[in-house]
Amino acid sequence: MRNSRWTNLIFQLIAVILALGFTTLVMLIAKAPPLDAFKNIIIGSIGSWTKISDVLISWTPLLLATTGLLITFTAGLWNIGIEGQMMIGAVFSTWVLRLLQESTLPPALILGLAILGGMLGGALWALLTGVLKTFGGVNEIFGGLGLNFVATSINLWLIFGPWKRPGVASMSGTIPFPETLWLPTLPGSRLSLWALGLALISIVLVYFLLRGTYFGLRLKAVGKNAKAAYLLGVPTWQYSLAAFALCGIFAGLAGAMQVLVVYHRLIPSISSGYGYLGLMVAMLVNYQALWAAPVAFFFAALNIGSIQLPVVLKLDSTLSGVLQGTLVLFVLLMQGARQKLGIRN
Amino acid sequence: MNVDLRHIHKTFGKVHANDDISLDIPAGTIQGILGENGAGKSTLMKVLSGFIYADAGEIRLDGRATTIHSPADAIRQGIGMLHQDPLDFPPMKILDNFLLGRAGGLFPDRKTARRDFLALAAQFDFSLDPEAYVDRLTVGERQQLEILRLLWLGARALILDEPTTGISLPQKEKLFATLKKLAAQGMTILFVSHKLEDVEALCGRVSVLRQGKLVEMMTPPFDAGRLVESMFGKQVTLAARTPARPGLVTLRAQNLSLEDSRLQIHQANLDVRAGEVIGLAGMEGSGQTLFLRACAGLLHPVAGKTLVGGRDLTGQAHHAFKKQGVAYLPASRMEEGLIPGLTLTDHFVLAEKMRGVFINREAALGLARQRISAFNIKGTPASTVESLSGGNQQRALLALLQTPLNLILLEHPTRGLDIESTLYIWAKLKERCAQGSAILFISADLDEILQYSDRVLVFFAGRVSPPLDAAQTSVTQLGQLIGGKGWETLAGEAAHA
Repeated sequence: MRNSRWTNLIFQLIAVILALGFTTLVMLIAKAPPLDAFKNIIIGSIGSWTKISDVLISWTPLLLATTGLLITFTAGLWNIGIEGQMMIGAVFSTWVLRLLQESTLPPALILGLAILGGMLGGALWALLTGVLKTFGGVNEIFGGLGLNFVATSINLWLIFGPWKRPGVASMSGTIPFPETLWLPTLPGSRLSLWALGLALISIVLVYFLLRGTYFGLRLKAVGKNAKAAYLLGVPTWQYSLAAFALCGIFAGLAGAMQVLVVYHRLIPSISSGYGYLGLMVAMLVNYQALWAAPVAFFFAALNIGSIQLPVVLKLDSTLSGVLQGTLVLFVLLMQGARQKLGIRN
Repeated sequence: MNVDLRHIHKTFGKVHANDDISLDIPAGTIQGILGENGAGKSTLMKVLSGFIYADAGEIRLDGRATTIHSPADAIRQGIGMLHQDPLDFPPMKILDNFLLGRAGGLFPDRKTARRDFLALAAQFDFSLDPEAYVDRLTVGERQQLEILRLLWLGARALILDEPTTGISLPQKEKLFATLKKLAAQGMTILFVSHKLEDVEALCGRVSVLRQGKLVEMMTPPFDAGRLVESMFGKQVTLAARTPARPGLVTLRAQNLSLEDSRLQIHQANLDVRAGEVIGLAGMEGSGQTLFLRACAGLLHPVAGKTLVGGRDLTGQAHHAFKKQGVAYLPASRMEEGLIPGLTLTDHFVLAEKMRGVFINREAALGLARQRISAFNIKGTPASTVESLSGGNQQRALLALLQTPLNLILLEHPTRGLDIESTLYIWAKLKERCAQGSAILFISADLDEILQYSDRVLVFFAGRVSPPLDAAQTSVTQLGQLIGGKGWETLAGEAAHA
C-alpha cells in the first residue's frame, strides 16, 4: 500500500514536470520568455493580499463545482451538464431577488431565499439530466451537453427579453441589484467570507459523506458496478438521481454565489466555465475529496495569475488554460502508463 | 508439432505459479493438464500462448528454441489458444469473426474466406452458417467457430482451457471427436481441465500440476484415485446424498409465460418447497436463465403469476422479492455479483441492513473477519474482490447471503471451480437447505445436477419438462432430454402426474 502511494506520487510529479515542460515549449514557440511568464503568474496570483483574495473569489465557485462533481463521479456519472446547472442556479437566484427586492422582507432573509433558490434551480436542472438518463435512456454526457445549450439560451433570452435593462438590452447583463442585496464582503475587498465558508463547509460535508456513510458506500457501489449493487439491494436508479440532485445543489449554489457576490446581476457568461474547470480538477484529483480544495486553489491561482500576462508580456491569458489542460492530460497519461507497467511486471 | 517446455519458472509476487516445469509433448498427442484452481495451469498456458513471459526457461517448437512475444506471435508460430470464455465479438457475423486476426490487406477476401470456412466446417461436421450472428450461438458453437478460426490461421498446436464447461453433452462428444481427428492428423493438443472424466475419455497422457509444480505424469489406463490424490495431495470423497424433507411451498410459478428476443416459454408451472434443491438442466440458452431470472423478479412474465410464500409478487421489482427472502447469485461473478474496487468489508456492509447514517467501521471489520473465517475465504477484510481467485469470489458471494432466506437462486454456482471448492460450496448450500431455504440452480454439469438436486427441470428451446425425480433419472436420459429427445414420453408422464 505504502509503496504504491509513493510510486503514485512520483508519477504525479512526473506529470507536473511534463506539463510545465510542454507549456514552456509552447511559450518558446511563441517567442515568449517562459521564466518571466511563470514568475508573473506567481506574483499575479499570490504576490499581494489583493491578488490572494482574487484567487479566493475565483476558488469559491470552482471548489463548489468540483465538490458536486465528486458526487456524480463517485456514482459513475459524467455530469458534463454542470455548466448548465450553475447557470440555472444563477437564474433561479436572480429570479428570487427580482421577486422579492421590492418587498418589505429583511434583506438577510431575501439573500437566504436567493441562495436556496439557486440550489433548487441547480438541482432541478441536474435532475432533468438524470431523468433523461434513467427513464429516457439518454447518456448523461449527451443529455448534459444538450441541456447546457438550453440553459445558455434561457439565460440569454432572460437577459435580452423579460429581464432586460430598461431602455436597452445589453451583453453586460440585467440591471444590478441594490447594494442591500449583495452578500456582505470584507471591507475594501470583493471577498465574501460567507461564500468562502459555504464552499469550505460543502467540501468537508462531501468528504465525510463519501467516506464514512452508507450513502457514500452505496453510491460508490452503484458507480463501480450498478448491476451487482442492485442485486446486493441498492436501489440503483434512485441513487443515480440523488447524485445528480446533490451535484446540482452545489452547482446551483456556485451559480447563486456568482450572482450574489461577484456580479450582483445576471450576465450571459455567469458560469464562467467553472463547471468545465471543475471537471478537470475532479479528474486531476482522481475523484478524491481530500485533494479537491488545494488543487482547485492551484487552478484558481493560475487563472488569476495569468490575467496580467497580456499587460506585462503581451501574452494571451489563455496560457493558464494550456497549463491546466496539459496538466490533466499528462496526469491521466501517467495513470495509464502506470497501469500498463503494472501489468508487465 | 512437437511442443517442448523446459524448466519454466514464473512468479507473481510471492507466489511461485510455475516452478521448474518441463513438459515435452510429441506431435499428435492429446496431453491432459490437470490441477485444481491456482495450481498453475493457466499460467503455463499463458506462457505458451504469449500472454505473459516466463521468468526463466525455454520453449522449443519442433526442436527449435523460440520466444513467443504475443498471442498474435503465438498463432504465427502455430500455437492457437481456445479460451474458457470464447473471445469473440457477439454483435458480428460469424464470417467476420472468422476473418479477424488474419494478417492481410485493408479489404479482406470474403469470398475465399467463406469457401475455406465451409470446407473446414464440413470436414468436422459443424453446422455453422457464416452469415449468422455470433450472439445467436451457444457456447459450444462459439467454441467450434474458434477452433475453425485457429485451424484456418494455421494452428499446429491447440490449447483448450476448460473447454467442457458450459457446453452440452452432445456438443462435448462432438468436440472430443473433433480433437481426436485433429490429433490423428498430427495436431498437438493441450487439454486443460479439472474434470477427471473428460481427461480419461480423451487424453493420451496426463500431467498433474499442484502448487506450481509438475507432480505426476500418467498414461492410460488412468488410476482415478491416484490422479485425485496428486491433484489435492489427499483423497477427496463426494458427500453422500441426503434426500430433503420438503416443507411448505416457498415459490409458486403459475402458468408462467416468459420471453426475450430469442426465446419463449409458455405456461410453466412449478412449486418449490422449503428445503429442497431443484436443478435446471438444458443447453445454454434453452430458457433456464429466463425462468430463474423470473423467479427472482429480474424478468417480468408476459402472463402468469409468481408467488413467494403465498404472496403474489408478479410484476414487482427484484427488491420486493429480496424482501421476501429471495436471493439471486449470478453466473458472472465480477460483472453482476461483486463490485471490483470495493473490499470484502465494503461488500459485507452493503449486503447488511443500514444502521443509521454512518458506517461503524469497527463493527464492519468484525463482521468481515467473522464471515471470512466462517466461509474460509483466502483474503483479508481489506482485500478487493478482484484480487481473489474464482473459488474465493464464489465463497464471498455465498458469504454475502443474508439469514434467513426462503429461496436461493444460483446460476452455475460451481462453474470453473475445482473439486474442493465445489464440495465446499455445496456443503454450505446444503446447510442452508437444512435451515429451510429452497434452492434452484442452473448447471451445465449433468452430474452436478443429479448429484445435488432432489428434482430436475429440463429445458429445451423454451419447453419446460415436468419436475423429474433426480434419484430416478440417469445422466444418459438427462442428456437426451437436453438434446430434445424423449419428450413425447415425458408429456405422457406429466399428464399422469
